[in-house]
Formats: sequence, structure tokens, C-alpha cells
Amino acid sequence: MSAEPRTASDPVESNSAFRTSGITKVYGSGDAAVHALRGVNLDIPKGELVVLLGPSGSGKSTLLNILGGLDTATAGKAYFRDLELTAMDEKELTQYRRNHVGFVFQFYNLMPSLTAIENVELVTEIANNPMAAEEALKIVGLSERLSHFPAQMSGGEQQRVAIARAIAKNPTALFCDEPTGALDSTTGVMVLRALQNVNRELGATTLIITHAAATGAMADRIIHFADGAIRDVVINKTKVSAEEISW
Amino acid sequence: MLSAFSPLDKKLIRDLWRIKGQAFAIAAVVAVGVLVFVLLDGSVRSMEASKRTYYERYRFADIFAPVKRAPNHVLKDIAEIEGVGVVEGRINGGAIIDMPGLPAIRAQALSLPMFERPKLNDLYLTAGRMIDATRDDEVILLQGFADAHKLAPGDRIKATMNGAQRSFIVAGLAQSPEFVFTVAPGELVPDDTRFAVMWMSEEALEAAFDLDGAFNEALIGLARGGMTPAIIARLDMILAPYGGFGAYDRADQISNRILIEELDGRAASAKTVPPIFLAVAAFLLNIVITRMIQAERGEIGLMMAFGYSHAEISAHYFKFILIIALLGGVMGCIGGVWVGGDMAKIDMEYYKLPFLVFEANPDTILIGLGISALAASVGLLVALQQISSLTPAVAMSPPAPPDYSKTLSGGAWLKRTLDQPSRMVLRGILRRPMRAIAACVAVGVAMGLSAAMQNLMTGFNHLLEVNFSVVSRADATVSFIEPLSDKTIYELQRMDGVTRVEPFRNVSAKLRNGLYEYRGGVNGMVSVPALSRAVNKDLETIYIREDGVVLSKPLAEILNIAPGDDLTVEVREGRRPTLTLPVVALAESFLGSTVYFEMDALNKALKEPGRVSGAHIQIDPAMNKAVNDKLKAMPAVAGVTLNSQARASFQELMNQGAGAMRFIMAAVAIIITVGVVYNSARIAFAERAHDLASLRVIGFTRRETSFVLLGELAVITLLALPIGAAIGYGLSALVSSAFSTDLYTIPGDIDPRSIGIAAMYVVLAAMASGWLVQRDVNKLDMVSALKTRE
Repeated sequence: MSAEPRTASDPVESNSAFRTSGITKVYGSGDAAVHALRGVNLDIPKGELVVLLGPSGSGKSTLLNILGGLDTATAGKAYFRDLELTAMDEKELTQYRRNHVGFVFQFYNLMPSLTAIENVELVTEIANNPMAAEEALKIVGLSERLSHFPAQMSGGEQQRVAIARAIAKNPTALFCDEPTGALDSTTGVMVLRALQNVNRELGATTLIITHAAATGAMADRIIHFADGAIRDVVINKTKVSAEEISW
Repeated sequence: MLSAFSPLDKKLIRDLWRIKGQAFAIAAVVAVGVLVFVLLDGSVRSMEASKRTYYERYRFADIFAPVKRAPNHVLKDIAEIEGVGVVEGRINGGAIIDMPGLPAIRAQALSLPMFERPKLNDLYLTAGRMIDATRDDEVILLQGFADAHKLAPGDRIKATMNGAQRSFIVAGLAQSPEFVFTVAPGELVPDDTRFAVMWMSEEALEAAFDLDGAFNEALIGLARGGMTPAIIARLDMILAPYGGFGAYDRADQISNRILIEELDGRAASAKTVPPIFLAVAAFLLNIVITRMIQAERGEIGLMMAFGYSHAEISAHYFKFILIIALLGGVMGCIGGVWVGGDMAKIDMEYYKLPFLVFEANPDTILIGLGISALAASVGLLVALQQISSLTPAVAMSPPAPPDYSKTLSGGAWLKRTLDQPSRMVLRGILRRPMRAIAACVAVGVAMGLSAAMQNLMTGFNHLLEVNFSVVSRADATVSFIEPLSDKTIYELQRMDGVTRVEPFRNVSAKLRNGLYEYRGGVNGMVSVPALSRAVNKDLETIYIREDGVVLSKPLAEILNIAPGDDLTVEVREGRRPTLTLPVVALAESFLGSTVYFEMDALNKALKEPGRVSGAHIQIDPAMNKAVNDKLKAMPAVAGVTLNSQARASFQELMNQGAGAMRFIMAAVAIIITVGVVYNSARIAFAERAHDLASLRVIGFTRRETSFVLLGELAVITLLALPIGAAIGYGLSALVSSAFSTDLYTIPGDIDPRSIGIAAMYVVLAAMASGWLVQRDVNKLDMVSALKTRE
């Protein structure tokens, strides 16, 4: 890990995967300024599966992007373990994403010119401690479709390839922005089950953004967003498996 | 301000602004094509017009009939030939001008009628006045020569005619339609400093050349409907008893011939170069518009849903590329007229035209704009098909991921050898092979053009090297006013500082092989020449033979003759015999169209034993000046050509013409390469922005991400190099032969260095384009790219 903490004075909670203090994000300036995040304080323990709920524009994606190293905060601090993300430069953020973070997006974001296995290999080639690409695809139940191109697969299959790609690096954290948003409910459940398995088997801290409140049932922790701030955090003592969810 | 436009037009303007970099790159390619067209077409038209006016206003003769000495009354016989409108006899003699400190300068002395303006070949007086008919010591000098030596009216010059030196006052300076190009007899290229023309009174020249009451050249102006060949045949008959050298028409007049060749060359370039650019531009417009339609299929679907017809939507996109093309067209026209004005000034000086105004005719401009619109139309053709195959529903649903399953997946081999990013690059190319091929070909053409021009210069240097270091090793060539006894050679040999003398005998002749003929001459040489040689392909000396002639290759091509065939030589001097001589060998020659024959054998055939026309000499460098002074003082010497000077003026001629073209073509290669590579890169970037952002998200560095994008450009550029080399190879032969003239042949063999230099231009241009696009990769907004689904 090339990134070093810039501020050693901050206290560090040992069990925390992500921690933020006063994270603020403002787009634009003056009258046109949009406050996407208004001072968010958050602490997510290692290994949890967290579901972020809230209406469009409530700031959940912005927070995910900042924690995932895709975007920078206007003010406040964000930590991944003991590393201050908000102090990293572009190169360090790239290394952070490369070695620690797996992403799953609503629109899969696969390379159309690479087959399923090649899409996964794209990641295993550059990561420090990857699993075999075949294994990642096996975890998401796609062992039979290794050499298909995205154009030859259904949406659910494409999303599962995306999950395989996200987990193949053995990520410390998995970020999923509307992973089921483009899928029907049956396929969506398959995808959620895959995510749940990954969280359980790899112990990767998993953050899932969704519009479907029912998804919260499978989470350790449910965070509700409204108007750029956290409305409440619910600790879920009665986790269910993905199959039991419907929306 | 935008409110005056319809919503579609506003979209158009904003879209144009969004891709301004690309639009400009394409417009630049169109502009260069149109510029070259407007410039060349305009300059050919302007020069044609100027030439026509000049010839008419100053009554340029149609037929020239040199003769040894004909009494003036013969002019009446000539005037009676059917079709002859105007006849004028004049005296045309050789002279030497002695400029202090310079070697002898060859001059042509021409007579002016006593009390009137010349009826033909009138003078355009640029300074001073006409000569006073009553004075025999006044001359009018050719302006180019006067300028080169800073002579002005009132100055004095010393000139030797027929062995007698006299002093003259420069009364005026003039230009003349027969000296648009000034080339000394026996020389190959125009050189103002080393050749003079002086006009003086008839009386003075009659006395100098012992031609009292006689003339040695008749000029003929045709009457309406006059038939040149018939008149020439009749003229030759009339003048034969007086030693006629054979009449010839304008087409063989050297100044006119060079002018016409130059105009033909430009007209040919005007037809061939612009289409290349416009094809490239059409290709670029096509990929831009195709990409745009693909990206905007949702908007197109929406417009269709609102009730816009296919035609209206097509018109919208056509307008888009038409504006880019016309922008280029307008830039090209403005640039063409602007450069044309400058070029006209250079041409006016170079060609000694009294007036030359660059005028781009309205139709030149219209054609220029028309061809740019044509490029746009071709660019749209393929895209139109795309639009018409869209229906509102299809257009509004997002496209499926591009299907790569039908392109070569490469299997195990690919997997073993290439990593994922390289596979993305390779499949990206293979998925649209036609686009990749077209891009390769476009860059290849650009490189080929540049390589061919580069090679022209190399070829030309080779020509100079072969001619002035291998073929001709003399320091100077002395030519006599008329063939002299070979005793003169001893005189040269005895001269201090002259280390070697090699005599030659030249006669002018019409060379014929069946229907093929050429006005040239025969060079009589010693059998084992050392100072001026004929060489074979390997640049080894060919021995000159008594039993047959050696022909230079270009001449053999003109005459369609080969060793073993007989060449007919109609000698135009002395007893004017017609000789039939077998061709025994061909000589490599880049300069001049020559027939080599053994000197004594030639003299024998002419029945003029022991005659020499001049000599090639080698001079001790330390004695250069002394030798020159002595040569100037020799009455029989008509002129001295220094090898070094001839080489320098040749070099200058080339630097002005092809040399400048070389840099233009390099610029062309760069513009096309940047246009193609930059546009391909921008398009690839737009198509892949989403993929590239994804790569950044999963942890690829900027460098690794750029590789996927720039790798494709690198492959296209690398593939274009061999194509460019092949095109350069083919084009070299074409360009060389286009730049070769009757006077010299530029070897078309390709020099690998030319290819290398052209390749370097292409690689540099590609790197610059890559750098521009790299900046876009660095600015890539990961978050927003992920939000949109293309």
C-alpha cells in the first residue's frame, strides 16, 4: 500500500472499515451550488454488509463515490481503516481502488470487447492478491459462460460477471451502486445472493445502494439518507438470506 | 443571439462548438486540398492569360527560321508564302560580355529595326529608353541580366562580337516574350547572371557580323488560318541555298517550351493533388458523422417520434458536415488567393513576365467550394443509410453492447501472447476493419506523398552528383563561336594553368527513327573521354565508337530506339548531310538528351575534318583567374561554362521548385496524419469514454487506460508505415517522371532515407495527436461516465 496517512493525530478505531467526519460535497458555486452532502459522520465496522437507502439526490451515491476513491470531498475527512482517503492524491487513489475496492454498477460496465473471463482477468492481472478468474466466475455461478462476450449474455449474467470482476481481486471493500436497478426481481435476487455470498465468504465490507427498501432485510446495517445527510442508522439483528427478499 | 435559429440549428451550432478541435482538423484537411486547387488552378489560368496577352501585345513570332546568311530580298519571297502574315529579318549573333572580375558571360545580340518598333518580338521597355537609331554604341539589355549585375541605363558594358571588343552604353532595360525564360544556347537551366541578351541597332550588328544587307534569322507571324507545317516546309526550301538551319515553330522555342512545360505540370498537380485531400476529408467526415448518429440515436428517435422525416433528420446531419467542409473550403479559397498573390510575384520575377496578376476566377472558387461540398456529401452517404434504418422505437432504446463475438477472439494464441488491454486494442481494430484500413490508407497516402517529394530531392542530388562528378569532370567548358581547326586546342593546351584539354565537336541535327523525331544534336567526342564521359548503369565509362552512336537513355525512349537499330541524323549545319548511324549502346544520363559519336568519325561524315566546337578543360585551381582572363581575351571563344556555376544554378532551380514542394508535402503529410489520427483518436475516445472510465474505476492508472486508447492509434500508425512506404515507392517513380523534363531526368529509384524521413513526420504527427487525446483521458470524469449508459 503506497498511500500513507497524512494526519497521524486523528484517533483510529481499530474495528472500523470506513469512518467519516463532517464529509461535505458541494457541486458548483454561488447560486448554482448544490450541496450533495452536508457534513456526514459515519462509522462502518469491518466485514459488514451495509445497505444505503434514500431518494434520488439524497447523497448516497456521492458518499459511495468518495469512499470508493472515485470522487473527492469538498470538506471533512474520510478514512479507510487508518488511511485518510481525503488526503490521497490521484495516484494513491488509483492504487487504493486497484488493490482494495471492488465496484458493481447499475449498468455493469463490462468491456464489450472482452469475454466474461477476460473481463475478470482485466482485474486479476493488475491486483496484488487476486483469486483465479475462473473461481470468481464460479462464485457467481457463471462457470459455463466463460468465453461469452457481453453482447451474448443477459443483463443478470452481465451483472454477475461484473460482480465476479469486483470480487476477483479479493477486495477489502465492495461498493455496489444500484446493482439490481436494471434487472427484474428474479435476476435481482440472484445478484443479491451472489453479493451476500461474497460478503460472507470473503469478509469484504460491502456497501449496497438501492431504491428497494426490502433489500435492507439482508443487511447488518441500514443507513437512510435524506437531503445530503444521514437520517438514521438501523442495526439489523435479524438478517435474512437474499432468497427471502422480494420487491 | 441564438434565438434567430431553429432548435435544430441551435443544436447544430452547439454540437459544432463541442467538437471544434476535430472540426478544425477536418476543415484543415479540406482547406489544404482546396488551397492547392485554387492556387494551382488560379496560377495556371493567370499565367496562361498573362502569357497570351504578353505574346499578343508584344507580337511573339510564330515561326523562327535561322539561316547562315540570306540577303534581305529573300524576305519578300517569304512574305508571299501562303499563310504568312508578318515577316521580319533580323541579326542574331553570339557575343561575350566582359564583366570585371567575372568569367566571360555569354550573350545573344539581336538587331532592332532602324526607325520603327520590331514588327515581331517587340520589347517591353522597363527602364531607360529605346536606342537612338543613329548611334551604333547603344544597347538595350535584358532586364534580368541587368538586375543580376546591378546595371542601369547610362552604364557602360564591354562586349566582344565576332572577335572584336567594343564598349556600349546601356540605353534601356527590357523584357521580351521570347525571353520569358533565359537559357544560354547549350546550357540547360535559366541563369540570369550568366546569360545576357542585348538589342542594338541593325547597322551595328550588320557591321559586327559582316551581314550588310542580309539577315540570319527570319521571324514569321502567321496570318489567320496559316498552316505551320506547310510554311516551315516552304521556308526550309527558300532558305536552303542560304544555309538555312531549319525553321521551327513556337513549340520548339526554348523559353516558350519551358513555360508550357511548367504550366502543364501545374495543371496536372491541380488535378491530382486535391482529390487525395478531399478523399481523406470525406473519410474523416464520415467517421465523425457516423459516430455522432450512433451517439444521438435517442435524440433521433425522439425527433422521429415528433414527426420529423428521415429527410429532415438527414438534412440536419448533412448541414453539420457541410458546414465543416465549407469552412475548410472557405479557408482554402482565402488561403489559395492569398498564397496565389505571393506566388504570382515570385512567378513574375522568375518567368520575367511584365505583368501577372493572380486572379482566382469565380469558377475556380466555385469549383473549390463545390469539391469541399462533395467531400461532405460522400462523407454523409454511408451515414444516411444508418439514419434510414432507424425506427423511433429502436432509436430510443439503448444499443446493445457492441458485439465482439463475431470478430476474431483469437483463442489460446491470443490469450498466451496478449494481456487484456492489448486484446481490447486488437479487437477494437478488428471489429471495424474497414475503418482501420481506411485510416491506415489515408495516413499511408500522406506518408507516400511526403516520401516521394523527399525522394525527389534525393534523386535530384544523385543527378547532380552523377552529372557533375562522374559524367562531367571538367572544371570548365569552352565553346567556340563556330567550329575551328583543331589547332586551337593546342593553344588551349599551351595556356598556363590549363592541365588537361579534351576537344569536342557538336552539330545540331534533327534525329529521327521512323515517325519519332527530336531536335537535338550529335556530340562528337574523343574515343576515350576523361573529362566529359558517357557512362553505363554502373557509372563506368562507355568508350565512344566510330562505327555507331551511343544514345542517352531518355533520348532512346523519346525516339523509341534500341541498340542495333539505325538512327537517322539530319544534320542542320554545313553541308547538311543526312547520316544513318547504328545505335551501339545506351548511356545512363540524367541531364540532356544526347547522341555520342566519335569526333573524327563525325567530322569525316560531315566532310569537315579536324574541326572542333570547343573543349572541356581542367584548370589548376590556383590559376583560375588567370585562365579565365586569357579565355576572355581569345576572340574565338563564345563562352565559358564553369562546372561549379552550372551545378549551383541547377541546385538553385531545384531548391525553388521541388525543394519548396518538399516542405509543402511534409506539411501535407503532417496535416493529413494529424487530421486522421487525431480524429480517429477523438472518435475512439468518444466511443470508449465509458469503458475507459470503467477501467479507471477498477484501478487502472491513467497510463494503463491511455494504452487501450492510444494502442489502437499506435497500431494504425504502424500499419500505415509499410503502406506509406509502398505508396511512396510507387509515387516516387511518378513524381520523378512528372518533374523530369526534356532537359533532365530525375532518377525515380527510392532511397530508404526518404521513406525514413516521411515515416518520421507521420510518427511525430501521430505522437502529437496522441498527446492531445491523452489530455482527455486525464480529464476523464469517472463518476459521470458511469452514470450514463450508452
